Order: sequence, then structure tokens, then C-alpha cells
Amino acid sequence: MPEVSMTVNGRAVRGAVEWRALLVDFLREGLGLTGTHVGCDTTQCGACIVHVNGLAVKSCTMLALQCEGAAVTTIEGLAPPGAPLHPMQAAFRECHALQCGYCTSGMVMMALDIVRRLGEPDEATIREELKGNICRCTGYHNIVRAIAAGARVMTAGYK
Amino acid sequence: MDGQSGHSSPPLSWRADGRKGAAIGRPAPRLEDERLLRGGGRYVSDLIATSGPLRVKVLRSPHAHARLLAVDATEARTLPGVAAVLTAGDLAGVGDLPCDWVAPGMDVVPLHPVLARDRIRYAGEPVAAVAAETAVAAEDALAAITVACEKLPPVADQEAATGEGAPRLHDAVPDNIAFRFRRAGGDVARAFAEADVVIRRRLTNNRVTAAPLEGRAVLSDFDAGTGRLTHHTSSQLPHAHARSLAECLGLPLHKLRLVAPDIGGGFGAKLGFYAEDVICALLSMRTGRPCAWAEGRGESFFATTHGRDQIQYAELAARRDGRITGLRTRIIADIGAYAMGMGPGVPAINTGTSTTGQYQIPNVETEVIGVYTNRTPTGPYRGAGHPEATFLIERMVDELARELACDPAEVRRVNFVRSSDMPHKLPTGFTLDSGDYAANMDAALALAGYAELRQWQARLRAEGRYPGVGLATFSEGSGAAPSIAMGAIGFRRAGHESARVVVHADGRATVFCGTQSTGQGHTTSLAQIAAGVFGIALDDVEVVEGDTQAVPFGTGTFNSRSITIGGSAVYEAARRVMDKVRKIAAWKLQRRTRDLIYENGTFRPVAHPGAVVAIAHSVRKVAQKVLPVVFRRRSGFELPAPQRDAGAVTFADVAREAHLGHDLPLGMAPGLDETCFFDPKDILFDYGAHVAVVEVDAGTGHVALLRHVVVDDCGRIINPLLADGQVHGGAAQGIGQALMEAVVHGSGGEPLVSSFSDYAMPHATDLPAFETGHTEIRTRMNPLGARGVGEGATIGATPAVVNAVLDALAPLGVTDIPLPMTPMRVWQAIKRARDEQNLERGDDA
Repeated sequence: MPEVSMTVNGRAVRGAVEWRALLVDFLREGLGLTGTHVGCDTTQCGACIVHVNGLAVKSCTMLALQCEGAAVTTIEGLAPPGAPLHPMQAAFRECHALQCGYCTSGMVMMALDIVRRLGEPDEATIREELKGNICRCTGYHNIVRAIAAGARVMTAGYK
Repeated sequence: MDGQSGHSSPPLSWRADGRKGAAIGRPAPRLEDERLLRGGGRYVSDLIATSGPLRVKVLRSPHAHARLLAVDATEARTLPGVAAVLTAGDLAGVGDLPCDWVAPGMDVVPLHPVLARDRIRYAGEPVAAVAAETAVAAEDALAAITVACEKLPPVADQEAATGEGAPRLHDAVPDNIAFRFRRAGGDVARAFAEADVVIRRRLTNNRVTAAPLEGRAVLSDFDAGTGRLTHHTSSQLPHAHARSLAECLGLPLHKLRLVAPDIGGGFGAKLGFYAEDVICALLSMRTGRPCAWAEGRGESFFATTHGRDQIQYAELAARRDGRITGLRTRIIADIGAYAMGMGPGVPAINTGTSTTGQYQIPNVETEVIGVYTNRTPTGPYRGAGHPEATFLIERMVDELARELACDPAEVRRVNFVRSSDMPHKLPTGFTLDSGDYAANMDAALALAGYAELRQWQARLRAEGRYPGVGLATFSEGSGAAPSIAMGAIGFRRAGHESARVVVHADGRATVFCGTQSTGQGHTTSLAQIAAGVFGIALDDVEVVEGDTQAVPFGTGTFNSRSITIGGSAVYEAARRVMDKVRKIAAWKLQRRTRDLIYENGTFRPVAHPGAVVAIAHSVRKVAQKVLPVVFRRRSGFELPAPQRDAGAVTFADVAREAHLGHDLPLGMAPGLDETCFFDPKDILFDYGAHVAVVEVDAGTGHVALLRHVVVDDCGRIINPLLADGQVHGGAAQGIGQALMEAVVHGSGGEPLVSSFSDYAMPHATDLPAFETGHTEIRTRMNPLGARGVGEGATIGATPAVVNAVLDALAPLGVTDIPLPMTPMRVWQAIKRARDEQNLERGDDA
């Protein structure tokens, strides 16, 4: 089996993977980072979104080997254990933007990508930007609210 | 006084907003969220990913109907990495899958084998299973299994299935009819004979799927040494499923621990007891190793129960003034290939007894016919039979309004069961407990700005556009029923829920409850109930669910029952604990319990005791002086001098004392630990009103949902943040059914939907921001005064949106569009209507 090395949540990691192994499998089974989930197998639901070199990527649609040398951030990398939640995570909690929590890591990682690209988008834009994410619990109402609230805190923090 | 001296644990905090009893009714952010937001959820698939079990894959039939001649797994068993293979021949002694809800009148329950034995009855039915070192090895082994079968003609439509010469699924059911369930009240024939107006419609309620984002998953681990099975499964009903699993495998229940950890959504799909639970447990027993199966998304579209799927014939009789006098319905429900889980009872009882909705209809006749077809079994899906009944009556009421050229709100108003007439016994059986439907609808109309909406609609119509306003009201029997009634309707589950509340030595509490959160947030809402009773901080309460070892009794989560039944059990158990706490505090303060004030976690005597109080106080002092004397004589030791008259004792002081037992009231057992089984007196009804606002693009058939207003009455609300969350998510699912969701089969029963690319579910762009409100009439059916909240929004949303679309297209003469109202179907309906109009104009010319 070929080996792959990458940086995950700031930590250099290395592992043997099957050629066909997906990034999400390497994260979950190889590294035990189970915060990233698989909801559909067909790149529709976005539960598996992580950041690869700063971009939101569906980790069920990328081979682990494609990430050789890449910097990967997962939900576990947003706030170190013991440290307060990232503002976007905190906004999700305050706005009750999660119920079962299964789509949540993908939603948060996508939200950060939205804020990185668009700053503080309006409600319609946030909804449009979530076209690659499915939530079956919340009706998106509070997710949209949380992303707007998180974006406000984040952009204020960057001034 | 220092209530914490000698304790190493941190002091109890009083952060409940500093308000007394504030825990109940507060929009508290959830306790479970931080863990989930950090990626710390423990779903079954996470346990599988990190524990290296054998991977199980299931071979499923591609045929909808076939005679199974032979399954040969000889080669598969020899492949590298394969630990075990199961076919029907390997299942000697294993029981069949149970049906939990045998509808009244259902004489025969066909056998439902774990793996197909001699017949295959739906595409996707499990035929064989493999456990292997890796998922890939298991897949390869499946490919090496050869199945010989003879295809049989399938029937994939419930009306066709009851027709002459239709293929027969089960030998014991010659006409494919599982049951006929009839309810009647009043004089229906007379109502129709005397009616001014009669409306007749054939409605279809589409087949959909719950599609929780986490598919089903199982991790089963048998320890041959102890004979114990630890079974993790994505279940809404841990206790019921433990019983089913034990029965199938002949396992004693004290050797079975079933755990439902974090569950990624359920919506009814995880209420059924499925073959894969038996398969994984059996494979673990055979191999001596943990065995795990996780459903692929494609697999879930035929391996997990579907919902709805009814053809409804409805006739409504009314007077010219809008009063409905009679309702006759014949409902043909597709229960799929097998009677599975709650499958038959959902249409029979939940739809059959609920067709009158919120209305005072004196003469009613309902027949529900459950039919077997060669499709995946149906089961409960959010609302479970109530959305179907509500859809029927709310469509019919709108049709009546249209016929009478009357405002749909007014037609509803004249027919509502009045608040003063409740409790109101329905002609179909059950009793509406309480409520005010008119006030509730008015609140929704006010929130929507209904009068302005009609003006807006008139303006847009004048511009040649197609705006629509749709209304729907609902009432839902929720919380299931008293246990005695559950038995009477063939429902093999309890109606009660159990809760155990324990206060630890440091004054913190653990709540054990038989409910099961699949995202509803019980960790927070049940904690709020206990924290409210104890007056302690929310995060000083831990909730334990979903573990049959930690929680010996339980019924589970369905029919919006977790708060009304489970929450009431928590409340009663906590109250019993609190009674004891109060007695201990009174003992320590040498007062009667009624002479204490409890505030901010501290008991104090009332400030100015009257004569009676003072006498009682003195009597107690005397009694307490006798005790040390008796003790000294018997043991030769001195009792430490009690710190009486301390002025105050805290909740934590009492907790410590209850555990030490050094100085408890005479005869009192130590500990703060109470269990309550709450069994409701009767069914209660939550209700609500929806207003949907749409605009239809007549050129493309696209429906834009512009606004969606929901005002429900779920009685007393424990946590408004969570209650609204349930409304949002529920409405989204109801909207999905109206506009886009459909599990489609070919005429041969072959599934045509197998991924999220061909099963459309609402995305963020498909939905507006929801506008929600609540009216609050507390029910007397439980001590909390709470009604169900989980399903109501789903129930009301579908007919509201459908009525809005038909309202939008009313000027074109469109009266029906089959569900889901996809752009293609809407466009076709518009085109048909226009063609007819053109034809008429042509005829006129």
C-alpha cells in the first residue's frame, strides 16, 4: 500500500492507505478524526466537508493520496481541546443551529469557507452558498442565522 | 452557613439566570452542542471507524418478486478475509422479524424472514450477508454468491394489488389485503342525502422516505465467555429493539445490553426492527468478533422503511352555509411487502381515526385498507398517519371553500370543534382533550397578515401573476396512548415511559429516561425539567438515555411523546426526590416541611412562625433529644451533636446527608433515588395552523415558497429554542413532501431512486425563513401541561403548501396536482388547464 503524508489540524501525519481510499476514510479510520461524517456517498450532502489548503472540499470525493503534502483542517482543528469554541461553532450553539449534529461539522466548515470568500453575506446569499449541504433536522432556519451571526463576530474580530 | 465544607468537588452553581424555577421554559442553548460542535459526537459509525470490527455487507435482491431457488455461498466462504457468510439456510432457530402494530382486523401476520427463505417480495430484500476483515473483502464475497431464482410477476401499486388476478405476495393472504379497518359514527347516509353540497375527490399521498442524514448502523459484540451481547445500533427504540433482538436470537435479556449512542436523525425510520440487527448479532456470535454494518445511502432507499403512500377516496357533505355534515373516506394504504414494525397500525389507527381533523363532523365513515405490494415496507414517518389524515381533510375543506366561493379560513372557523365543547369525543373514537382552534388559527392569520396577503394576491393577479395563499390546520393525537389502550389497538408497546432521577452526594443529579433523542436535545430538555424541580443549575444535571443496562425500562421516542410522557416521568420522579429532600431539610432545621422556604438552593424556616409552628418545632426538638440517649445506651458511643437551628440548609447539604445517612429523619431510608413510570390517562392532542405563501411561475411550473407561518399549540414549552427548532425542521419535511420528495418505483417494482441526486429534499434555497408562534393551552393529561411538538409542523405544512399552489392556480381552473408538485407536474397542470380554456373559447367561437 502506498504511503501518504499530510498536515492535519497542524500535525504532520503519515499513513499507509489503499490507492482507492478516500480522504474521509483516512481521516476517520486512519486518524480517528470521526467528527467528519459521511451522509450520502455521492457528493450531495456535504457532511464530509473539510478544508484542504484552505478550501472547502468534500472529503468523500477526494482520494487520500491526492492530499500528499496538503494542509487539512477538520472540525476537530477549529478549537483546541479546552479552548473556547471558534466563533462560528459558538454561533451554531447560540442559535440552536444543530439538532442531530450529523451534518454539523460539514455545515461549520462550509460556513467558514463562505465567510472567507464573502465576508458578511446576506441571507439569500448564505442560502445559495449552502446548495452543497443538506440538513434534515433544522429546516436551515437556524443554520442560516448562525452563519450570519458567526460571520459578524469573525469579521469584527479581523478588523 | 458553609454548605460545601469538607467537599472537594466545586460548589453547586446558581446560574439559572438567577431566576427561581427558571430552568423550565428558558431558551437554554443545548448542553450537548459543544461536544457535537467539536466533532466529539459518538455515532455508531464512529464507533465502527475506531474499533476495527469485522465489516458486514448484505446481498439484496434486485428483483421485486421472485421464487428463490438456491443460494450458493460455497465460493464466498473460501475467499480471503471472509470470516462468515449467512444465508437463510444458516438461520436455523432464528426467529422472524416482528410486527409491532397489528392493526385491528388483521387476522394473519405473514412471516418476515431475516434473510429471504423461498420468496423474494421486494427489490432490496436481504438474501445473504458476509462478515469480512474489510468492507472491500465483504463486497467481493457478496459478488461471489450465486443466487438462483425464478422471477414472478410483481405488483407495485396498491390498487392494482387488490384487483382480480393480481400477483399474490403471501400465500396466507389471497387478496393481498392485510386488513380492513372501519370506523363509523352518526348517520352518514342521511348526511349525504340531505347535503346541499357534496365534494368527491381521489387524492394521493406520495411515498417518501425519512432520509435521516445518518443511515442505520449496527455494531454487535458477543462475548462467548460471559454469554453477553453488547449491541450498538442507531435506534429510536432501544428497549423495544432489545426485546425484539432477544426474541429473534433466543437471548436472555439480562445478557443483552443494547446501546443507542448519538443518533443522526430518525424521523420514524429507526423505529422499525430490521434484519441487519439480527444479522450482525448472529455473525458476532458465530465468529466471536465484533461485527458491524453501516447502511450506504443508496442502500437506505430500499433497505429502510418508507413513509406515507396512500390513495384516498374522500366524500364530504355540507350545507350551503359551510357546515360540514358528513365525511366518508376509503383509504388504500400500501404497507409494502411485509407488515413491519408499526407499518399496519400507522394508516389504520393514526389515519383512520383522525380524518375529521379539527372539525365537528357528526357523521363519519372511514375505511382503511392495508395492502401488500412488491415494494419496501412502509412504516412511520414524522407524523405517522396523521399527515395523511390531515392532508385529506384539509384538501377537502379547501375544495368546499372553493365550491362555496367562501374564504377558506371562514369555512374552517364555522366547523371547528369549539373550545367549550372539549373534551370532545370524535365519531371515530378518540377524544380531543382541550384546545382553542379558532384562537390558534387567528394567531396564525394575524402573524401572516392574512387580510393584507389577500390584497397582495389580488394586485399580483391583476398583473397576470400566480400568487397563492394556503391554509391548513391540524390536530394530532400525540404521546401515543395509555398502556391499556395500546393493547386494545394491537400496538405491542407500552404507553408509559420510565424515568429514574438520582441526586448524588454533591447535589448534582442524573436523569435516566427510556426516551431516545435522535437530535431533539433531550440532554437539555429533560435536564431542564429536573433542574427546574430542584432549583439547581442546568449543567448540574446529566441525562442518560439509550442504554438498556443503565436504563432498565423504556418505551422510546415516537409520536411526539418524549416530553409529554418521558418528561412527565422525569418530573414526577424529580418531585418525589424533592419531597424527600424537603423532609430531610425539615428534620435538620427542626421544622415541618410546610414551614420551610426554598430559594436559590437553600431551605430556611419561615420568618415568623405562628403558634402551631412553634409547638411543632418544640415537639420535634424533644423527639430529637431522645435519639442520642437511646443510641448511647445501645452502642456505647456518643452521637455527634446535631447542628440544629443552623438557620439554613442547602440542597447540597441535604444530598450529602441523604447519602451518609448519619442524621436522617427516624425511619427514613437513605439515598435520593426515585423511579417513576408515567402512564398517561388518555391521548392528548397538539394542534396548530399553517399559512403558506407561494408564487407559481406559469412558464416553468416552478413554485417559490415565499413565506411559511406556523402557530402551534404544544401546551407548556420546556425550551422555546428547541420547540421552534422542531417546528422549523418539521415544516421543512412537510414542504419537501408537497413539492419535491418522492420514492418512485417502476411498474415492475424496481426502485428508480437510489441517491440524493434523484431523491430531492429541501435545500436552504428551497425554504424561506420560518415565521413561528405559539398559543399555549396547557393539557391536563400530564403534570407538565405539555403537548407534543415534534411532528405537528410536518403534518400541517404539506396541505398548507398544496393548498397555496392550488390557490395560486385557481384562476386557471387547476383543481388538482398529484404530489409532489414538481415543476413538471405543475407545468403540465397549467398547460392542461389552458388547453381546456382555449378549447372552450374555441367552442364558443
